[in-house]
Parts: sequence; C-alpha cells; structure tokens
Amino acid sequence: MNTNDTALPARKTLIQHLQAPRVLIFLLLVMWLPLTAYVMFGELLGPHKDMILIPAIPATALLYAIAVYSWRESWVSVLGVTLVFFWLFMAVTAPFLPLMDPNKPLAPFTLPGVEKRDHLFLLGADFKGRDILSRAIWGCQRVIVWGVTATLVAYVVGSAFGLLAGYLSGWWDEAISFLANVLLSFPVMVLFILILNYLGPSGFNIIIAVTFASAPAIMRIVRGLTLDIKQRDYVFAAQTRGEHPIYIMVVELLPNVRGPVIVDACLRLGYTTVAITTLTFLGLGLQPPDPDWGLMIKESAKTAMLFKFSYMLIVPALSVSTLILGFNLMADGLREMSLRD
Amino acid sequence: MALIMAVTSAILFLVFDSEKFKKQIAVAELGGFAVSALSDDDYNAWLEKKGLNVPFYQRYGQWVGNVLRGDFGLSLETNEPVGALVWDRLKNTGILAFWVFFLMIPLSLTLGVLAGMKEGSKLDRSLSFIAVFTTSIPEIATAIILTVLLALGAGWLPTKSAMTQGFDGWQLVLPVLTLVLYDFGYVARMTRASMAEVMTSQYIRTAVLKGIPYKRVIMRHALRNALIAPFTVIVLQLNWLLSGVVVVEVFFEYSGFGKLLLEAALFGDVYVIQAATLVAVFVAVFSQIISDVGYTMLNPRIRFS
Repeated sequence: MNTNDTALPARKTLIQHLQAPRVLIFLLLVMWLPLTAYVMFGELLGPHKDMILIPAIPATALLYAIAVYSWRESWVSVLGVTLVFFWLFMAVTAPFLPLMDPNKPLAPFTLPGVEKRDHLFLLGADFKGRDILSRAIWGCQRVIVWGVTATLVAYVVGSAFGLLAGYLSGWWDEAISFLANVLLSFPVMVLFILILNYLGPSGFNIIIAVTFASAPAIMRIVRGLTLDIKQRDYVFAAQTRGEHPIYIMVVELLPNVRGPVIVDACLRLGYTTVAITTLTFLGLGLQPPDPDWGLMIKESAKTAMLFKFSYMLIVPALSVSTLILGFNLMADGLREMSLRD
Repeated sequence: MALIMAVTSAILFLVFDSEKFKKQIAVAELGGFAVSALSDDDYNAWLEKKGLNVPFYQRYGQWVGNVLRGDFGLSLETNEPVGALVWDRLKNTGILAFWVFFLMIPLSLTLGVLAGMKEGSKLDRSLSFIAVFTTSIPEIATAIILTVLLALGAGWLPTKSAMTQGFDGWQLVLPVLTLVLYDFGYVARMTRASMAEVMTSQYIRTAVLKGIPYKRVIMRHALRNALIAPFTVIVLQLNWLLSGVVVVEVFFEYSGFGKLLLEAALFGDVYVIQAATLVAVFVAVFSQIISDVGYTMLNPRIRFS
C-alpha cells in the first residue's frame, strides 16, 4: 500500500520486501488459520492441539513489525495497531503463557494481588474462584476469532450481492435492494435478538446473525461503487472480449472497489466485537463455561455489586474497550492514508 | 413502508410458528418437567387452549385484522393486552430518550461548533480524540465504569434503575449518562465536520472581510448552514437509540422497551415481539422520513430548486 515513496531506485530493504501483498496474505493466513482452527475445532485436533499455534506466533510478530513500519508516520494508527496486536498476540500465545486453567475454581472472591493456595492472583479471582487474568487472556481468543470470522462472512455475502445488484441491475437490483431495505429497517439489536433466539445461541449462529445485520449495509456500499465503476472502459473491453459476467464481477470489478471497503471493514470489526460481547452479556451468544469477556460481565453483574469486587467487571470491560479502540484507531489511520494517496 | 412492515411481520409469524418455539413457550409456562411428562394429546389440548394449533397464515390474517382495529392481542406470557404493555414500556424508554437527547444535543452541538470554528486547533484535536475514545468504549463497558465510579465507589447514585418504589429521578442518571457518553462523540464529530466545511466557504470569508464582527459571522452566517447536516444525524439517532437501549436497560434493570423486547424474545412471546418489532421498524422508517423532509426544508438550495 505504501509503495509510493520508492522514488529513488534504491535497493529494497528487507521490510519493504515483506510489504508485498503476497507475503502479507501468506503471513495473515499463517496467523489466522491455526487460530481459527484452534478455537472453532479445538476438540477435533487431539491432544497436541497447542502445537498448531506455534507457527502463528512468529507470523504475528512479523505482521506487527510490518504494520508499525508502514504506519510509522501517524502515531494514532500505531497506537491502534499496537492495541489490536497486543490482543492478537495474547490470543496466539495463550496456551504457552504461565497461566492457570481459566475454568478451574481455586479461591472465590480473592482480591487482586493476593496470594492464595500457592497462586498469586494478579487481577484477583471471580465468584467461583477462577483466575481473572487467565480468563481475560483466554477470552480474547474467542472474541477475536468469532468477531473476525463473522465480519469476513458478512463481507463475502454483502459484496457478492452488491456486485450482483450493481452489475446486473434490473430485476436483480430491485429484488436485492428491497431485501436489504427490509433488513436495514430493523434496529440492529432487534435483528440480532430475533435471529439468535430463533437459531439458538452459538458461535456459528452469531456468524449468521452478524451476516444478516451487516451484509445489507455492505451490499449498499459495494453496489454504489460498482454502479460507478462499471461505466469504465476496461469493463466494456472485458465485455467485448466476451468474458463471463461472473468473471467480470470477480476479476475486473472486485479489486477496484476494495479501497473504501477495507476502511469500512475495520470499523465494522469494532461493531461486531461490540455486538458479540453484548450478545453474550444478554445470554444469546457464546455459551459457558469457556471464558469470554461478555460472559465474564454477565456472570459477575449480579455478584460484583460492591466496590471491593468491582475488578471482576472492570477487567473485561477494559479489555473489550481497548480492542475496539484499537480497531477504530486503525480505521482512522487507514482513512487518512487513503485520502493522502 | 407499509409493505416492509407487512413482510417483516409475516416472516416473524412464520418463524415463531415452528415446533421448537411452541415447545419453548410450553416449557416456559408449564416448566420443563411438566412438558416432558405431557402426553401428545395433552400437549395438543394445551396448544388449542393457547390458540397455537391453527396454521400460521390463518393466525397471521386474524392478527393483521385485529391490528388494523388497534388490537394487538394478549401476551402469551402474562395474558395482559399487548398494546397497553408495549405502550407502557415505550413511555419509560421515551423518558430515558428525552433526557438523553436533552443533554446530548446541546453538548455535542456546542463542542462540535467550537471545534469546527478553528480547524486544527488544540480544542479541535482534543475533541476528535475524546470523541473516538468515548465512542470506542461499548455501552456495556461505559455502564460498568460509571457504575463502579459513581455508584459503588463514590456512592452518589443508586446502582440499579428498577424503580420498584415508584419513579425516582436519581435512578435515571446512570443510564442516561451512559447513553450520552456513548453517543455524543459521533454527533459532535459530524457537527465539527459540517462546521469546518462551512467555515472554509467563500461567503464566510466575504463576511469576515467586510468587517462584520467575528461573533456575528458565526451566529448569523455560519451556524445556519452548519447545523443542517447535524439535524439529520440527530434524528437518525432515534433509530440507534432503540437498539442501543437494550443493553443499558438490561444492565440497569430499567423496565423499558429494550428489556421488554429481550424478555419477550427469550420467552417466545410472539404477539409482544410482533408489536415491539413493528414499533421499532415504524420508528426507524419514520425517523428516516423526518430526516429527509427536514433536510429538504432546512436546506434552501434544495427547497428552491
């Protein structure tokens, strides 16, 4: 993205080589696939499931270095990237950190910094006696994986419909736009509650609910961009060459609408994370006993109503806030950069 | 608009017609143990008593007819008339929304205008940062932090807003504050952008060069045009409020519209959900229309063309 400043034909440094899109995609996959497999299909991986995360750790570190290098001019986006990668790093290293089992009840209501039963509770223990530090770190895995996957699926569906509506117009456009209007006229939370209540609470159903809630808005953005772009000469050239409409949509149109879509995706990642945490708090999201920020709030909301015990609520609240702040600052940085080009 | 409402309500009836939901209602009303002990005949008798054995399109037709006459049916959970129930809860949320807007509008407009007057000033940059910061913290986290600081720590305010002993203004402070904190940043940023755009325009420069006092330029020339865009944004916040209010109401146990919706959805109370969703969709579409019409009325360029 940042290849404009290669005015001098100097030799590329190592980090500039790493900025090539192919390398970035490869690193992202190395980071992302193991993490997703670990969280979603953990039971299927057998006893050595921790091993799968090992390649993800250097990939995450490398990606962080590249991101900081690319965005070094704006300290706001560096801060955002740092927050996001802090949690990503926690997610991939969680099994290797010296943490207590997040589901093991040890000493209920232990205050932060107190040592009990040969274990120092840095952030205290919750009402069942589980270590909060460990729960906060393990919890970020689920929030990040489900949040990003849900956003991704919403984008695939939304862009597909947006391309169809924008490129084919006519009946397709009418039908898809009407459907999108119906979905958009629901307040988001109402839609979430209805869908998750119908399908039952689980991670995969959250993906479906997020798709229903976000895809219409994404579809509108992509449709607008497509309507603009399909008038360009290279699209006519492709049509003259006799390319199949689907091929035109995916190969000619899709890469050219990516700019605004990426910025929007960053913002939407934040919304989805909020939505997942909120839904889990309302009892419609991920299910106990595995740790999750929304769940931690939900479980403590009844018992922790004393100032002394408020750390049980503060820790997950701050965790989710920092992650979302990171996404939003990243989006701000990306928008600034896209304006500059 | 009518078409959208008709489609959504039909979909809802179809969804809640499934076997699973009927079971869910039965379990919620009779208890899980009783339902598992129930024979098929007894279960069917129960369905008949509740009027759930009729095919959904017949129930839907009947329901539409009743709604047109202003009758929303009876709640499956409490047997109260749904219209009164929803109306009552909606009034509570209305009180909440009134105070949110009452505080949020002057606050965000003043800050936005002050920041937009001098783009790039210290105030401008700090406002931008604060706005990103407050909107990044989700409502649930804002609610927690405020509760811990103001209610549990300082002890100034009650932690919950259940209002069991009648209406109490103090209990309203925390939910209102949470919603205002979350929302004002967005509106302030919109106002700032609009004000900054106006301040760079030709007629403002002309007015300043003519020697009109700066204060008068702002009050008479700039504000009028700068406040058109924020108006639309504020009206659209109404729609946002209906979904944002769910979390806050559940956390503070305030019995308003959002909490009603969640409880009805968890119970499978079709008629309440139907009515509540219709209200929500109506508010959404209606606020869209108001903002469109208001924008046209306020903007002379569109009004006269």
